[in-house]
Amino acid sequence: MATPVKVHGPPLSTAVSRVLACLIEKDVPFQLIPVNMAKGEHKSPDFLKIQPFGQVPAFQDEAISLFESRAICRYVCEKYAEKGNKGLYGTNPLAKASIDQWVEAEGQSFNPPSSVLVFQLAFAPRMKLKQDESLISQNETKLEKVLEVYEKRLGESRFLAGDEFSLADLSHLPNAHYLVTATDRGEMFTSKKNVGRWWGEISSRDSWKKVVDMQKQST
Amino acid sequence: MSVMKVHGNSFSTSTQRVLAFLYEKDIEFQFVNVDMAAGEHKSENFLLLNPFGQVPAFEEGDLKLFESRAITEYIVQEYNDKGTQLLLPGSNKTMAVLQLWKEVEAHRFNPPSTKLVFELHYKPFFGMATDTAVVEESEAELAKVLDVYEARLAQSKYLACDHFTLADLHHLPNVHYLMGSSAKKLFDSRPHVSAWVADIMARPAWSKVLDKQKQ
Repeated sequence: MATPVKVHGPPLSTAVSRVLACLIEKDVPFQLIPVNMAKGEHKSPDFLKIQPFGQVPAFQDEAISLFESRAICRYVCEKYAEKGNKGLYGTNPLAKASIDQWVEAEGQSFNPPSSVLVFQLAFAPRMKLKQDESLISQNETKLEKVLEVYEKRLGESRFLAGDEFSLADLSHLPNAHYLVTATDRGEMFTSKKNVGRWWGEISSRDSWKKVVDMQKQST
Repeated sequence: MSVMKVHGNSFSTSTQRVLAFLYEKDIEFQFVNVDMAAGEHKSENFLLLNPFGQVPAFEEGDLKLFESRAITEYIVQEYNDKGTQLLLPGSNKTMAVLQLWKEVEAHRFNPPSTKLVFELHYKPFFGMATDTAVVEESEAELAKVLDVYEARLAQSKYLACDHFTLADLHHLPNVHYLMGSSAKKLFDSRPHVSAWVADIMARPAWSKVLDKQKQ
């Protein structure tokens, strides 16, 4: 039976994998619709109708068409509150506020430098593009400062927003995964006592392992 | 009932985002000035409120929050009935549309516009030299975003729907500074964006934020 939930985009994309991890945590069946980015399909008029910025992912269900991975995740968590991991986005306003705070921190402080490093160190070599050493160096310094804040926080709290795994931790999985497994900068995470412990826990969740499998199968 | 406290600086765009919001919602709060020139935002005490050493930070009783968009998100849900209606109440679907445009502001509009605000407003203010290469690159990036906004605002009076919401409000601080700079042309040259900018900047709550800078 076809499910109405569709995610458009390649599982190798960090933003797409963020949405996939969320759907799997929430036990929501979905169809993954490939988008051939090498052929520029993400810039085609048809695709721009569902994602006007010409980026992945795009998301559709029977009610709505959405983009922006974190907005999609929040929608999935609200709509399917009773399914799968019920606490993923908190079960009360205070828990949700703490999760939102760390999702924002991920989006505003962690994502920018880690995205640059993922592109420069994991993707550019495979695409035979020249790496920009000064950009790498600047963003390593920025990311290091962010991870120092995380090291302190994760010494006080098991997960970023509290005692339970949440959307805030999940949001970090895609970029951190590439940095740890596809570059030589993994020790930025693994050499820190608390960040290393946290990374070990969140990356071994069944939902993330399934996403990684989907990524491997797509190559 | 606990008093809300906002720790920040009235010249910081992120602080202004929260102030504009509280004025729209007509919510009483205590403003605690953070002396950034003296490095107060990096002090041990302040780091307890915001471990990234940035403004704003928020307190209500035992609850401590940082990240301006998480602060507005929390309060807007808790105080939905007070002041201006800034949500799209109804279904998950309507709320999702609001979330989407809030994310667009945070991840598409904010990065290039923040760089431009820094280069065109803050640097001259502090007597530093503007980097024209960054300005060019950021203007090109912002132009692409504003093209999407132009198409959206041709179909919808405000970004998420036909009334002013949190998604529009979040843009105010950066829009304000850019309209006072050479980047103004990016907004003026797009009729629907230009009309939307004029509309949101004319809101009384925004004037109150600007008044606060004069205090």
